[in-house]
Amino acid sequence: MMRIPPAALIGLFFTGLYFFVAVFAPLIAPYSMTEIVGDVWEPSSSEHWLGTDNIGRDLLTRMIYGGRTTIFIATAATILSFTLGSILGFTAAVVGGWVDQVMSRFVDLIMSIPTLIFALVVLSVMPVTLFILILVMGLLDSTRVYRLARAVAVDINVMDFVEAAKLRGEGRRWVIFREILPNALSPLVAEMGLRFIFAVLFVSTLSFLGLGVQPPNADWGGIVKENKDGIVYGIPAALVPAVAIATLAISVNLVADWVLNRTTSLKGGRG
Amino acid sequence: MSDTLLKVEDLKIGARIYPPGEKPRNIDIVHGVSFELEKGKVLGLIGESGAGKSTIGLASMAYGRGGVEITGGKVWVNGREILGTNLRDLRKLRGTEVTYVSQSAAASFNPAKKIMEQVIEASLHQGKFSKKEAEARAVELFTKLGLPDPENIGNRYPHQVSGGQLQRCMTALALCPEPDLVVFDEPTTALDVTTQIDVLMAIKDAIRDTGVAALYITHDLAVVAQVSDEIMVLRMGDMVEHGTTDQIINHPVEEYTRDLVSVRSTQHDGKPPTDNPVLTVENVTARYKGTNFDVLHNVTMELHPGQTLAVVGESGSGKSTTARVITGLLPPREGKIHFDGRDLSPDLEGRSREDLRELQMIYQMADVAMNPRQTVGTIIGRPLEFYFGMKGKEKRARIIELLDEIELGVEFIDRYPAELSGGQKQRVCIARALAAKPKVIICDEVTSALDPLVADGILKLLENLQKIENVAYLFITHDLATVKAIADSIAVMYQGRVVRYGPKAEVLAPPFDDYTDLLLSSVPEMRLGWLEEVVQNRKMESAGN
Amino acid sequence: MHPVLKLVAQRLALSTLLLLAASVLIFAGTTILPGDVAQNILGQSATPESLANLRKELGMDQPATTRYFNWLFGALQGDLGTALTNGRDIVDSLGGRLKNTLFLAFWAAVVAVPLAIFLGLLAVRYRERWPDKLISAVTLASISVPEFLIGYVLMYYVGVKLGWAPTVSTIYDSMSLGEKLSAIALPVTVLTMVVLAHMMRMTRAAILNVMQSAYIETAELKGLTSFQVIARHAFPNAIAPVVNVVMLNLAYLVVGVVVVEVVFVYPGMGQYLVDHVAKRDVPVVQACGLIFAAVYIGLNMVADIVSILANPRLRHPK
Repeated sequence: MMRIPPAALIGLFFTGLYFFVAVFAPLIAPYSMTEIVGDVWEPSSSEHWLGTDNIGRDLLTRMIYGGRTTIFIATAATILSFTLGSILGFTAAVVGGWVDQVMSRFVDLIMSIPTLIFALVVLSVMPVTLFILILVMGLLDSTRVYRLARAVAVDINVMDFVEAAKLRGEGRRWVIFREILPNALSPLVAEMGLRFIFAVLFVSTLSFLGLGVQPPNADWGGIVKENKDGIVYGIPAALVPAVAIATLAISVNLVADWVLNRTTSLKGGRG
Repeated sequence: MSDTLLKVEDLKIGARIYPPGEKPRNIDIVHGVSFELEKGKVLGLIGESGAGKSTIGLASMAYGRGGVEITGGKVWVNGREILGTNLRDLRKLRGTEVTYVSQSAAASFNPAKKIMEQVIEASLHQGKFSKKEAEARAVELFTKLGLPDPENIGNRYPHQVSGGQLQRCMTALALCPEPDLVVFDEPTTALDVTTQIDVLMAIKDAIRDTGVAALYITHDLAVVAQVSDEIMVLRMGDMVEHGTTDQIINHPVEEYTRDLVSVRSTQHDGKPPTDNPVLTVENVTARYKGTNFDVLHNVTMELHPGQTLAVVGESGSGKSTTARVITGLLPPREGKIHFDGRDLSPDLEGRSREDLRELQMIYQMADVAMNPRQTVGTIIGRPLEFYFGMKGKEKRARIIELLDEIELGVEFIDRYPAELSGGQKQRVCIARALAAKPKVIICDEVTSALDPLVADGILKLLENLQKIENVAYLFITHDLATVKAIADSIAVMYQGRVVRYGPKAEVLAPPFDDYTDLLLSSVPEMRLGWLEEVVQNRKMESAGN
Repeated sequence: MHPVLKLVAQRLALSTLLLLAASVLIFAGTTILPGDVAQNILGQSATPESLANLRKELGMDQPATTRYFNWLFGALQGDLGTALTNGRDIVDSLGGRLKNTLFLAFWAAVVAVPLAIFLGLLAVRYRERWPDKLISAVTLASISVPEFLIGYVLMYYVGVKLGWAPTVSTIYDSMSLGEKLSAIALPVTVLTMVVLAHMMRMTRAAILNVMQSAYIETAELKGLTSFQVIARHAFPNAIAPVVNVVMLNLAYLVVGVVVVEVVFVYPGMGQYLVDHVAKRDVPVVQACGLIFAAVYIGLNMVADIVSILANPRLRHPK
């Protein structure tokens, strides 16, 4: 019997909801992404629940499609950073020696430059496409996953039960997949939530700076950029993405917290 | 009443615990304990982990550690009830009337301040002495406690002195403000045996000379017998028995106390060596990777089939390193390992599956020796599968058989390690080793993390299994009582060398070399007056000085 | 040599090496990657001759290593080259902007650091009670929203609806300090909120770690007052981790500046960098990237050195 605390339930519900909307955006959105349906910055009405944007497109529709883009990029970048970071991190921990040294020092180097600055430097010469965006974000973020995966695996690798397996004569595959991985999974999954949030914030920031998703497509950051000029006239359209990003991020955070707490309780509780 | 220093009446202590995934709840740690202590007397509080002895000790200062709270009863110090008083009065009591010596002096000294400053702090704060007086008293105490260079040791930082010395500094810290009562909480437990004896003697002398009363808390009955006038035995938060030291040691009434007194008295008659040793360590010299000094020098020993070779030594003696060399985790620089008539490859990679199967290992910390994500069935079943290709019903039947051998029921097969007690965990580890049908099992301090009665059960189990399975044990330990209980032959190690080796009867019989004499004499014996006797008769100073 | 000096010297050398490696990385990132700077500047319709001319003008016909060393030695002598887009000397354009950025970051730090330490202490003092829970809830909320959105939310409510502060942070040299401070009130608030959460959380953890040490119990059992326990025993041991936390977060703040400057149209380095990334003006991007990396590495180095200096085991070796 597994009991889920209410905070985690709320988190799971909203996370699920956002992903559902992202997947079925074309079925849910009331208008088309680029269709001009009204005046500039109309207030909310029964036809346009969130009003219209800076050139008269339906804001709710833009938000739904924007969420789809944001979540797609963030998910893809997270998967990339995770696969790469954890595989390399585990390898470094188990193999050790110079392989570990070379990889770890290289990661130190990349992390010595702030992520946003590094991304800006790279994007100043690269064409900004979805693929490049995902690649840059995923690669930069994999350094953090690498550090965590390596640290977790190094901790587990020195445990007596791993030594016992090695003394039994088990191969490297058994040691990694049967002894280390099951014990490293929970902290990694919790970290995955945090990396996903970071990816959402990061792609929003890039798009806001005009270096992410390019018009006429827009993610949540892009919607802020399009509508920011309304702010000084008292038009809050640019703030709508704030609510969306915050609720998504908090929801994922709640889920990640729950997963992590389950991990720390592992030592005393049942697996 | 005038002579009563400390009076505790129906003391109840509870704690709030936060089990993961469940609602916080309150548990009782101590359920109504009463006792009195006269001025200048020493009361020993003894019990296994979870008995509530430290909690009671701190309650005499009206202090609860962490979430611990005193929920009922009364405590009088010098005739004043202290549980109801306000914090200001309590602060006057703490640090002047009642002081505390903890198990780990290394953690209890502030790393950022000099020793002297910390030793005299309470006296200055309470206005008991001027700085000059306090420092003079501290130096006097340092001298009395046998610290080297007592004039200057106070100018050092805590990390600049050894563990044994720091524990004495902690005692000086507690005695400096001339308290009426000192609470000693396992003050020698973290020390090596040969160091323990010096600290113990220093504490005993200091108590006698200053006329202070003390609560002496420990899990080791033999230790408490040396220093206390009275002993109170505790178990799971209840008082079991309370009497004079002589009565408790020599005429215990309760069965639990009798068990505690007799726990180390198991004796085992050593078997004579056979012709062909199953395991031979020959002239092994080894060092760790990336270092430039040898940790083992020319180590040689033999283990005979169905027998137990005990490797004894203190921390840093090289006994665990010897085990690492034998298992192939640390290839030696020189020397060889013979096993059952063949040479073993120096490194793990070069050994056959058969080599690995016949040489199994049991660890000190059973907690971390089992994968927390695997059930007992998986843990014991894996060697069966791996070495013998057993599957399904056959495997399950063998697992149940093994569980039976370690005196656990079938119901344990689906449990996770976290659901087992300390003793049960170690039994599962034994079953995992047995599952491989080994010729030799290396036991690395397998009982030192366990309470004495539980450890005793494990030793008895190991001895029975040896008879049934005819397996040989290489038994690594720092505890000579364990050695006496289980060994056929003994290797005494000191600073990476075997200093004495042979059948048990020979090793434990005089004439001794200096180190073995020191080691043997340092093991606390369960009789009164042992401590004084030993300190008078020793030939060599302990390593901790 | 005293071991502390040796360790500090090691840190300095290591940071210099790291900065050098970072400069290689920044240069490589803008050179080796498969984008064509000349094509980017001139657009798709450029003729092959004009492309070749521009490449030559940019020195692209020389090998990458030569160009790197030319760039590096130039940078060491205070010459960061000229901007492609307007042909102006980069150092000239950067000077004033760097000053503005540091001005903004400085005031954000002045507000955020004491506030974070104070709130961190408050959270420790009322641990697991409502002030602690409130603080951690606010923390969670503030790390869940990107800095530019916090900026617009404040701009909308405080700037537009309440009219308490200017929504655009223009500053000139001729303004008085008071006028400047009023102009940057909103961006300072945003930056404070951004770093406050992390700094507070980490401060709380660092102090809790110290407060749970056995020597704190020893001090309590000496009968010292709570204040004496904290001042004499907790504080000397908590300085290092707290300074560490502050430095790491200041490094983070320097990055947050980039976005906040864009939001409030503040004439600083961040704004300058973002503009020129969009214009694909590589020399400017390289120069700004190098400066940001240097500040970041520098602050991390200070954090390391403080840890070394504060460690009694290193200061007083056996």
